[in-house]
Amino acid sequence: MSGADNEAPDVKPGRLNPSAYAHVFDDIGPPLSPRETLIEAARCHFCHDAPCVEACPTGIDIPSFIGKIRTGNLKGSAIDILSANIFGGTCARVCPVEELCEEACVRTTGENKPVKIGMLQRHAVDALMKAGPQPFTRAADSGKTVAIVGAGPAGLACAHRLAMLGHKVDVYEARAKPGGLNEHGIAAYKVPDIFAQKEVAWLLGIGGITIHNNKALGRNVTLDELRKKYPAVFIGAGLQATQKLGLEDEALEGVEDAVGYIERLRQAEDLSALPVGRRVVVIGGGNTAIDIAIQSKRLGAEDVTLAYRRGPEQMGATAHEQHLAQIEGVNLKHWLAPVRLIGWRGKVKEIEFTYTRLDDAGKLVMTEARTRLLADRVFKAIGQVLVKDPFDGNAREPLAIKSGKLVVNDDRETSLPGVYAGGDCTATGSDLTVRAVEDGKRAAIAIDRRLRS
Amino acid sequence: MADLRCTIAGVSSPNPFWLASAPPTDKEYNVVRAFKAGWGGVVWKTLGEDPPIVNTCSRYGAMSLNGSRMVGFNNIELITDRPLEINLQEIKRVRRDWPDRAMVVSLMVPCEEKNWAAILKRVEETDADAVELNFGCPHGMSERGMGAAVGQVPEYIEMVTRWCKQHSRMPVFVKLTPNVTDILKPARAAKQGGADAVSLINTINSIMAVNLDSMAPEPEVDGKGSHGGFCGPAVKPIALHMVAEIARNADTRGLPISGIGGISTWRDAAEFIALGSGSVQVCTAAMHHGFKIVEDMADGLSNWMDQKGYRALDDFKGRAARNVSDWKFLNMNFKTIAAIDQDSCIKCGLCYIACEDTSHQAISKSRDNGHRRYEVIEDECVGCNLCLHVCPVDHCITMKRVDQGLPSVGWVDDPRNPQRRSANPSSA
Repeated sequence: MSGADNEAPDVKPGRLNPSAYAHVFDDIGPPLSPRETLIEAARCHFCHDAPCVEACPTGIDIPSFIGKIRTGNLKGSAIDILSANIFGGTCARVCPVEELCEEACVRTTGENKPVKIGMLQRHAVDALMKAGPQPFTRAADSGKTVAIVGAGPAGLACAHRLAMLGHKVDVYEARAKPGGLNEHGIAAYKVPDIFAQKEVAWLLGIGGITIHNNKALGRNVTLDELRKKYPAVFIGAGLQATQKLGLEDEALEGVEDAVGYIERLRQAEDLSALPVGRRVVVIGGGNTAIDIAIQSKRLGAEDVTLAYRRGPEQMGATAHEQHLAQIEGVNLKHWLAPVRLIGWRGKVKEIEFTYTRLDDAGKLVMTEARTRLLADRVFKAIGQVLVKDPFDGNAREPLAIKSGKLVVNDDRETSLPGVYAGGDCTATGSDLTVRAVEDGKRAAIAIDRRLRS
Repeated sequence: MADLRCTIAGVSSPNPFWLASAPPTDKEYNVVRAFKAGWGGVVWKTLGEDPPIVNTCSRYGAMSLNGSRMVGFNNIELITDRPLEINLQEIKRVRRDWPDRAMVVSLMVPCEEKNWAAILKRVEETDADAVELNFGCPHGMSERGMGAAVGQVPEYIEMVTRWCKQHSRMPVFVKLTPNVTDILKPARAAKQGGADAVSLINTINSIMAVNLDSMAPEPEVDGKGSHGGFCGPAVKPIALHMVAEIARNADTRGLPISGIGGISTWRDAAEFIALGSGSVQVCTAAMHHGFKIVEDMADGLSNWMDQKGYRALDDFKGRAARNVSDWKFLNMNFKTIAAIDQDSCIKCGLCYIACEDTSHQAISKSRDNGHRRYEVIEDECVGCNLCLHVCPVDHCITMKRVDQGLPSVGWVDDPRNPQRRSANPSSA
């Protein structure tokens, strides 16, 4: 594989035919037609004590909303969904339903063919969003204003619920526009047609929520200041730093964080101007790794290899996502750990791996065997971590942090009274949008209780 | 291979599957296609006197249920809208070309002896096997004193049937309307009048739906609607009951029956035959799926008969009619309780909530290591079958017989019955 010594790394924009860009990130799961929707809705058994509801982190009353689709009460159906999860539109598109509601569906138990709950949810919510403004109203003004850090799904779910409960909300967002990972991180083909932006604008329609963009915690505003100014603070700051491979030469040009590239891709005005490697290697086994691999492939990368240091069962990406990557032409390689980056004039051109295996005790061990892959671009997708500075060293009263995440209780309250947190930055949150939404919702209910006591 | 040949009231056909008098049998073109597809016979769409009637535009309504189309169907169409002579010529030609098939001609003319005598004479010239008197059509024609207007008055049925027997050598089938409180009365009248067979059921008075935008019933004719005749799979239970009543009642027993009402499959047909039908007539299923359905009807019936060891239709005809009883004779000491097969249970909880909310609170719910578990509380179970019916998994819930060691006793003799026969010997 090293016969390309005199070959320059090949990274360039515009790998596709110019006309192809308009459809390169078309919807990966197009919506059901009205007829398909009715047939699918009829498959729901309307279970008592339905397992799907329990499997939904936001506890959407799934049999109820599907039953309402069946009777043609689409508005009632959407309100059932949105009252539990204001991001029902995004979640319908990005939730790993095969590990949540659809895995729990009794039809999975019975015939291994669940009701397409996610698609039905999308049908109902899309219809309501298309028909008009968000359907909830604000309670009488409480006279209180709450601060929220981060305009991602956790923060905005918290904000929307607080608004419903009669409070005003100031949201401090580090980036130039709101949406968090919905806007900057989710794969483009899951939320085409600027859906994330539309959804944020739609939910802000409830009123009482002010978003202050370009205001980062720790840089433009401190937690101490927020605590002085507001009776309660919710932190939904996400994980803004990335894990390193810990290899020499990691600074070579072309060795990049997947999340950074995806953010650029999501915000790109012109996809044809985005540089794309001919041979792309992705390191990691989670959904971000899958996302960057597929998006690279769709943007014209010739070979895309995803290398993961364990087996398919241990991958963070769901089986569905792995399958999708394979359909899209991504080469999945398991039991490979990167050990060396090889450069050419300051640019990466090859990466060396060691084969791994599990020892008798089930521990991952490196073997002596090595292999190399040509790589014009190496994407690191091995996890994001919390930027701790705003919460420990620089804060007068630091927040408890455990295993790199903010510690919260069931109400999503941190170690400091009146300071709540949710989403990826907290210990309870796995990296799912739907869990972030639930965190925000629960925190809002607890904050409301606190403000009224 | 079971023998599917069918003879009813002297009319023979290679199989018992006939197309009922309706749009599929309106003209030569359709009937020839049906015979090519394998149908055993047809009842030609009802002939009337010239000038032919005129139909409305928009004629059918349908009921869909959870994505299944046409579980119920209705129409406001009238009898044939073609000239009598054309129909007769076509009947004669098809009769000649398809001699082994049953050719029955449905008739409806005003309630005058001369009118019936006249049309019967003309039908005889076609060499048709039999006539069927349409006393059932519930809409339109009944407003003109024909169809169900006759079928609802036993005296008229008897009178017209008698005329037909007097004025024709052909066997006479009398088609009965279900829009009566007791089907035995028109059946007895037909028998009294000399009918060779009865055909039932005709369609049921119905409004299919209300269009909530136009606030008009469906099917809608320029903003208004009229009641129409309901048919299709949903009417089968009503038809089975009426067939059974005629088959088991002492004074109508033995009267040949051509069964009609929601027959869509060989299984439906077998049920009608088991309750005493000779031939069966099909319409909605053919209108839904085309004539090809008869292949599975014949094939499926034959395979089932082989499996059961029935060589001919008569081997099982009427067998189930014997087991149709009055409630008062059902064994009060028969006891079953529900049993849930935990291995096939998918934990939908439907049995639990149905029993808890609407029956006898005889199913418990619990969590076993986080897993839902539904179990029958045997002492509370009355064996009503509700759980079995709501369960979406075949054979997951079954009813197990509990032997109480008690004799079979009907309510008429049950000690709990204050009016039991032994307490009141004069009623025995």
